[in-house]
Amino acid sequence: MALLPADFADLEPFADWALPSERDRYGKRLATPMADLQAFYDAAFPRLQDGTDYLKSVRLEGISDEDRRLLWLFAALVTVSFPVEVWRQPRVPDSGAATLDVVVEPGP
Amino acid sequence: MPHFTKPAEGSWTEHFGLATEPVSYEDSISPEHYELERDAIFRRTWLNVGRVEQLPRKGSYFTRELDAARTSVIIVRDKEGRIRAFQNICRHRGNKLVWNDYPKEETSGTCRQFTCKYHGWRYGLEGDLTFVQQESEFFDLDKSEFGLVPVTVDEWAGFIFVNFDPEAQPLTSYMGRLGAGIESYPFDKMTQVHKYRAEIGSNWKLFIDAFMEFYHAPVLHAKQATEEESRKLQGYGYEALAYDVDGPHAVVSSWGGMSPPKDLAMVKPIERVLRSGLFGVWDAPDIGALPEGLNPAGHPAWGEDSFLFFPNFMVLIWKPNWYLTYHYWPTSYNTHIFEGTLYFVPPTTAYERLQQELAVVSFKEYGLQDGNTLEATQTMIESRAVTEFPLCDQEVMLRHLHKTCREYVADHQQATPGTPVRAAS
Repeated sequence: MALLPADFADLEPFADWALPSERDRYGKRLATPMADLQAFYDAAFPRLQDGTDYLKSVRLEGISDEDRRLLWLFAALVTVSFPVEVWRQPRVPDSGAATLDVVVEPGP
Repeated sequence: MPHFTKPAEGSWTEHFGLATEPVSYEDSISPEHYELERDAIFRRTWLNVGRVEQLPRKGSYFTRELDAARTSVIIVRDKEGRIRAFQNICRHRGNKLVWNDYPKEETSGTCRQFTCKYHGWRYGLEGDLTFVQQESEFFDLDKSEFGLVPVTVDEWAGFIFVNFDPEAQPLTSYMGRLGAGIESYPFDKMTQVHKYRAEIGSNWKLFIDAFMEFYHAPVLHAKQATEEESRKLQGYGYEALAYDVDGPHAVVSSWGGMSPPKDLAMVKPIERVLRSGLFGVWDAPDIGALPEGLNPAGHPAWGEDSFLFFPNFMVLIWKPNWYLTYHYWPTSYNTHIFEGTLYFVPPTTAYERLQQELAVVSFKEYGLQDGNTLEATQTMIESRAVTEFPLCDQEVMLRHLHKTCREYVADHQQATPGTPVRAAS
């Protein structure tokens, strides 16, 4: 069964990134080797422009499960863009034991 | 040569009558001094504990653990819709009244009354004691004398404050000229909330120091810009558009060329597509006219103002019509809890939600860099290998904050006979 909208079927192999909380998306980023972060970015970033055009037409009120997962998947791309575009490693350099955890966030 | 005009005195530091000598950080590494600050500052000033939106209906409540003020409080909307605050303690045998699972963790919810977990004493939303288990076993117990202990509470621009000083000045007058200048900002329109929390291994003032100067930004955060842009930024360094001080409160006003950037090549690929970044979503929502207290220099390149309302509440208002609050809650002389909360106009489309996500995640990436640097600073100033530190003119608000704290401590010592006099100088 498809998890994402039909236009984004090519991203189905990465549907496990469609996590509802920033805490989980960030946790998955830290637990994923750089090569796999790069693979997700290389697949999803070229679809981001189409994604934004599509998501502009999606109202949050009454959003479908497929659209919600697509939003989460691109939110995960936002999280992964930092290691890929900036840090060249999953963790913020020199951030050591520092944490900054989300305690309130809106849905979806 | 300055890019932006400085005051006639030649520097902001001298303009505000502050000393220009190197400073001691003894006030941030001395356990004795911290104990004095708890009573002199955190039990004597208005503390922001939340916003009115957190209490949407009658019976809505939340608790706050205010370790620095040596207590825990309940904030509740009563049956008349009024906001009240109480000490979070049962009048029977002193059990913490409102908590879940872990007594030291904050909680929130909606209720008709508060019931103590220990012996079932109940209190109305107005604080009155309404039920005593086996009341006839007590000796002449007059329930009207055993209501919850009220705490002074007030609102400013939808922010809820408490104060433990029975002689506290009214909140509006405490917020002063800087508060009045932004009071009409439409905070109430920005109800889309992302809140972050961190336990930080440094004195609470060190994190405020980090956020009241941007001299560090082109260096510590260099990699977050594109390489060429980063080189340019380090070449320019940082200069504020303006600083201002009113009593214990302060503001830093900054330029903001990134929302949107002049040239798309200045920003990262994800920012180009989503039209968003650390400075916010480039497509700003319409919120009407801005209050006069923003952009005090009236500069066309204005991007953001950081207000510090003493002692531990910061409000950052950004040009693309959103805001951020910081709170620093001390837990010991060298630890504190940091809270960073982002507030946006609620998005209507999934795209707008995603744009806001990039602003939120950017804040987190920067915050992680700032947080860890603080622990590195705290451990080394505690070594006392070096005891005096030169501060530049762009660090003027650090001098102001530490001086203000020392003055509160000195005033408290003078006003309270028997207070230990060994304060950090």
